[in-house]
Amino acid sequence: MERTELQLRSLTPFVFTLLMVLVSAIPWHIPNFVPITPLFSVMAIYYWSIYRPDKLPYVATFALGLLHDLLTGTPLGLSALVYLLLQSILSSQRTFFHGKPFLVVWWGFSLVMPVFVLVSWVIASLYYNTFLPPLPFVIQAVLTMLLYPLFALLLIMMHRHMMRGT
Amino acid sequence: MRAYRGRALLLALPLKTVVQRFAFVLLVGAALAIMILSRAEPRLVESLRGAVSDSTAPILEFFSHPTASFATLIEDFDAVMDVHEINTQLEKRNAVLLKWQATAERMVHENEELRRLLKVVPDPKAQFITARVISDSGGPFVRTVLINAGESDKVRKGQAVIASEGLIGRIVSAGQHSARILLLTDLNSRVPVVVESSRERAILTGDNTGRPRLEFLAVNARVGIGDRIVTSGQGGLFPPGLDVGVVSVVDEERVLVRPYVNWDRLELVSVLDYTLPGSLPETKRAGRIGVLQ
Repeated sequence: MERTELQLRSLTPFVFTLLMVLVSAIPWHIPNFVPITPLFSVMAIYYWSIYRPDKLPYVATFALGLLHDLLTGTPLGLSALVYLLLQSILSSQRTFFHGKPFLVVWWGFSLVMPVFVLVSWVIASLYYNTFLPPLPFVIQAVLTMLLYPLFALLLIMMHRHMMRGT
Repeated sequence: MRAYRGRALLLALPLKTVVQRFAFVLLVGAALAIMILSRAEPRLVESLRGAVSDSTAPILEFFSHPTASFATLIEDFDAVMDVHEINTQLEKRNAVLLKWQATAERMVHENEELRRLLKVVPDPKAQFITARVISDSGGPFVRTVLINAGESDKVRKGQAVIASEGLIGRIVSAGQHSARILLLTDLNSRVPVVVESSRERAILTGDNTGRPRLEFLAVNARVGIGDRIVTSGQGGLFPPGLDVGVVSVVDEERVLVRPYVNWDRLELVSVLDYTLPGSLPETKRAGRIGVLQ
């Protein structure tokens, strides 16, 4: 009984990131929101890649990226690719963030975001063989950076809940 | 014993990283291969998209209701605040519209009479079904929405989709119970249109911004700001005369159109089933020589 509960808890990072993928696909009905929908799933991947990479393996990230692409109509494979790249960068830098105050982690996120959207923009532009309007990408990056603290709060709560009893 | 365990740990750790590295390279390769495949064989990916959106449609639909009602709540609040002003505006407009109604009724009769005299071939009537928008994401890449009706509701690829204000796009892929609409504003959207007053033909081309362009206009075409743009019906995919938008910018290089549809309020949309008598199904048209059936 307890064992199953622990196993379920260790699924938290995956389930939460899955929820974030779904959240970024539902209609919000907020004026002009669609092109700049914050990258909810990227916030989750960033957090779990730093603190619990063992609970979010590359295969899981890949699958979540594919699901995101299928649901939102993004070129198939694009999100899977950029999620994986993000995770591999973080896997080498993650120990730097351990035990650091939140501001440092947020600063790290705001360094990662521009690179993330730039790479997405370049790949998407190559895919469509044209220059996509870059402004929505910039706004999306800024919005995601600003929203990160709010999500980090939620993620930290999740993390604590997951750790309880271990 | 202890030494052995220590060595095993030393061996196991790099092995784990090696496996991870290998998985990473493999998955990145897979992602790239999928992207290239989806570019080369869009049909394959379409059916996969259909299947996935079918299976997630119930979840998305469940979530789409509360966000929709929340949006309505905000709008209702706004409306209550301006109710007096809106009322006076509406009364004025009503007076104008009543005159137009009388004119329109007279025109309808006259038109019928003239059509009968000239023995005009009647346009086929379009059937339609109405569906709910369950996902409207796509981020900065694409302009598409997902609806909760698919092939089981006779929704097929290529059909035109309208909202109450006018045309919003066409179906690009259909699953059993869900379908994806390519909006007019998407990079890949091309719609044959006509300037209503001057009957100049053009192709409305999306570029992921809110204002699609008019392309392939004649060099000396008469187009002015405020001209209404409607579908031309060329190509037989869309019925002619569907409202699309108004011309908002005209300058040396480009003519931009502001669509009538309010993209932020897409909740219920209608899919038109319009087939010209005698037109062939897609698989049997010219240019599909590779497909043997």
